[in-house]
Amino acid sequence: MATGSTDIVACPDCDLLQRVPSVRAGETARCPRCGRALATGKTDPFDRTLALALAALVALVLANTEILMELSARGRESSTTILGGAREMWRQGERVSAVLVCFFTTAAPAAYIGCMIALLLAVRRPPAPRWAGTVLRWAETGNLWSMVEVMMLGILVSLVKIASLADVRPGIGFFAVGPLVFLLAAMSTSFDPREAWSRVRWENGYWPGSDR
Amino acid sequence: MTRPPPTAALAGFVSCGTCGLLCRPAEAGKPGECPRCGEPLAFRLPESIERTWAYVVAAAVCYLPANLLPVMTTTTIKATTESTILSGVIHFYTTGSWFLALIVLVASVIIPLGKLGALAYLLVTVMRRSTGRPLERARLFRMLKAIGRWSMLDVFVVMFVVALVRFEPFMSVVPGPGVPFFAAVVILTILAADAFDPRLIWDPAGKTGGTGG
Repeated sequence: MATGSTDIVACPDCDLLQRVPSVRAGETARCPRCGRALATGKTDPFDRTLALALAALVALVLANTEILMELSARGRESSTTILGGAREMWRQGERVSAVLVCFFTTAAPAAYIGCMIALLLAVRRPPAPRWAGTVLRWAETGNLWSMVEVMMLGILVSLVKIASLADVRPGIGFFAVGPLVFLLAAMSTSFDPREAWSRVRWENGYWPGSDR
Repeated sequence: MTRPPPTAALAGFVSCGTCGLLCRPAEAGKPGECPRCGEPLAFRLPESIERTWAYVVAAAVCYLPANLLPVMTTTTIKATTESTILSGVIHFYTTGSWFLALIVLVASVIIPLGKLGALAYLLVTVMRRSTGRPLERARLFRMLKAIGRWSMLDVFVVMFVVALVRFEPFMSVVPGPGVPFFAAVVILTILAADAFDPRLIWDPAGKTGGTGG
């Protein structure tokens, strides 16, 4: 029977074969040899994550479209958004860095949030379609390269750096970045990829170890 | 010695690197594809040591220009100043923001250097099939994966300063040639940690347990 095989896993970090015990909300099952977390009990791995993802989408749009900071000095004003910063870098000839920054701060988090919303809608009624697994893989890649929290620290450091030259005021976009960081972190901690994978329909439909 | 720990590889199983499904390959030499997610299966990441070394060496090559070349050029009516990462740290320190100086120093200088050293240490111990302190090495590796992205800090700082400080002809800030090298160091060390297979740390323990000889 195919479903029996998911209780026994090999630790992804040390390959130790073991049975994963059922965990209650807030509990974590760890590999006894290397201490890697194998399963974490979640109260509501899909609906709560979906709510957080929708909120994160709003925060991402605000953080990217609204003004991040405004600066005034000597009777002049200037302001920037996240993409405006990248555009200015592009204009100054740092094209590679500009594209990378767009990818880390906008494209990767957008891919993560978008794929998670699609995935969470798909796994609500198992068996989930085959493409859900592919989308989950994209979401994990997006999450690996999303650096919104690093950008937030970067904004704070640059605020202090410029504060000695001129008068700097944070804008609406700035106040959207904080919640965005929080929502992205809450999304990945409330989500249970094991449970999501267990709902995905198999490519070949049988466990290779079983007698065909 | 006691019996070797029951690992998937010793038992002839392979766990899917993408979805975690435990599979028994039809042929031992050719693991094939995961029946659930369709990804190619492998007992260990293919050419893990070689690929990780390649990324580590490439990142180390970029580390020098990243720290020596200017990341920002500030032009005022009086003068043009080029600042490197370290001169930025010193500027924060001398102007009293020692806490920010510490953050930038840790994120931009210490973390990438520590990451390169730690990855080289892990690679050397794995190549020597060392059995010492596997738990500490496993923890070190998990820490490397978690903190790598913070080194991108200075690239973001440069971007926002450049975008805001535009008071031509009084003052302007232009990104310097160190920025792409800096981004390259961070990306290459993240790729290096991704290419390293932590199961290699534990494999020698299984071999000394008896099956190998």
